[in-house]
Amino acid sequence: MSGILVVQEAGRKRISFEALAFGRRLAELTGLAVETAAVGDPNETIFVETSGPPIPTSHAVRHSLLEKYTSDGYVLAFEQLIRKLEPSYVVFPHTYQSRDYVPRLATRFGQVLISDITGIEAGPIFIRQLVQGKLTGAYRHQGDGPCFLSIQAGAFPADPPQAGKTIILTFQPEIAPSDIRTRPSEPFRGGSQTVDLGSAQLIVSVGRGIKDAANIPIVQELATALGAELAASRPICDNGWLPMERQVGSSGQTVSPKLYLAIGISGAIQHLVGMKGSQCVVAINKDPDAPIFEVADYGIAGDLFEVVPALTAAVKAAKQ
Amino acid sequence: MKIIVAIKQVPGPDAQVRIDATGKWIEESDLQFALNESDAYALEEALQLKEKHGGEVIVVSAGPERVGTTIREALAKGADRAIQIACDDLGTRDALGVSRLLAAAIKTENPDLILTGLQSEDLGLGQTGVIVAELLGLPHATLILHVEVLDGAGTQAQIKVKRELEEGWFQTIELPTPAVLTIQSGGNKLRYATLMGIKRAKTKEVRQLTAAELGVDSAPVVLLEQVSMPQRKKSTQMLPGNAQEAATALVEKLKFEVRVL
Repeated sequence: MSGILVVQEAGRKRISFEALAFGRRLAELTGLAVETAAVGDPNETIFVETSGPPIPTSHAVRHSLLEKYTSDGYVLAFEQLIRKLEPSYVVFPHTYQSRDYVPRLATRFGQVLISDITGIEAGPIFIRQLVQGKLTGAYRHQGDGPCFLSIQAGAFPADPPQAGKTIILTFQPEIAPSDIRTRPSEPFRGGSQTVDLGSAQLIVSVGRGIKDAANIPIVQELATALGAELAASRPICDNGWLPMERQVGSSGQTVSPKLYLAIGISGAIQHLVGMKGSQCVVAINKDPDAPIFEVADYGIAGDLFEVVPALTAAVKAAKQ
Repeated sequence: MKIIVAIKQVPGPDAQVRIDATGKWIEESDLQFALNESDAYALEEALQLKEKHGGEVIVVSAGPERVGTTIREALAKGADRAIQIACDDLGTRDALGVSRLLAAAIKTENPDLILTGLQSEDLGLGQTGVIVAELLGLPHATLILHVEVLDGAGTQAQIKVKRELEEGWFQTIELPTPAVLTIQSGGNKLRYATLMGIKRAKTKEVRQLTAAELGVDSAPVVLLEQVSMPQRKKSTQMLPGNAQEAATALVEKLKFEVRVL
């Protein structure tokens, strides 16, 4: 094949189609052809629904031992598919599932996954964030063997579907029950999710800059004055300063309010993927180079312990 | 239960990063370093498992000499001993190259469990634990919040772990040991080192190894060619002035442009 194999994830359609959009960009740069693959039945939506011009060939990876995701099963299945097709590039959506098994799969080929890609340039050079978004890194793959890539959510917009035909080939890997060493349960919801941040119109969100649990009331007062929901980045919830259900980001909720006011949040990519759908982003941070300012419409580079109380007072005054 | 925790020293969360003269990494000379956060949670989980079930906790870390301070911190929190892999070329090794160092050092210890954080705060590749599992031929599970040791005889699984999935979902996974687990932050409350712990750490064993002794070469397949400051995608309007002035200006914007007041 010596082309580009884009692996799609059933149940994660949007980010899968974004990975496909990346695959097409890579195809333009390299002149290689794109094929897709996914675990599942050819009738499943990930094969039936398409994005962009139809891909000529898609591979449906089928085996009874793949019905439940396990890293052992997926590594074996895709190892065999890749050895058969011999692609130059293998592209994955960057999800909790792909990050669980693809590093292991790449190791089997003596390769290293370039994970969490947000851009591509001629070369091809692959762009990803470093040091919590404070830096951008340019990576290159060298040597023989397939190059493994995973694509961050929201970096490459999915193409609208176009009519056409895809040939779906079934691939049956060889897997024995004894190959699967882990026994996963069905997914379950953690606790009672009482806070629906997804439908909130105004969100005040707090990060590590707040320094201490005792300082949370400062932002709570601003949220109350605005009539906003209070949210947080992961470290705040990890510390137990706010409950987990108020977390925004890849491991928390995805929000798209009219106003997202980020206070003392540096803007690591795991947080940004949860809030970049916001209509207006305001950032308050003492570090003028904090990556949160890259996605902000309005920014205040200053000490939140001075700015937030002043803002609360100004909001109250404006509402009277 | 013998547990190895692989830890990494990374720039601290408040570090002001600057690009170095090579343009390939950051200027390290005046940087504050800290224990990688999810590695701190991995260490905490290991210490709690030891407190419940007995055994030994060994930390392993690769890097230049400065890594020693982070190793002492882990020992002060309660790890029993450490392995320090001296290597000054961490930056030019890819994830596989670093994992080969760790795997070679871990292999001789024959641990029951290997824990590490889910990803580093500097490179953020999120792969080392999984690659180490493959190199050692062990099963793995990622994004783990808690580890439970099963005592049921006649079952193949020896541990049951709670794994975080996306958007508030979880699952449990049962797996045999030895196994590699990458630990998500937030599963436990982190402990601080006590004065007694800091004192004791000074006498604990830190075994020094080199990459050459481990017989691991470093030819990378993936190269970080250049680092740069991120480019702003949106045109951010910065509101100047003191806190009072900036707050007043922002309220004007919220009222008349964003129209949320």
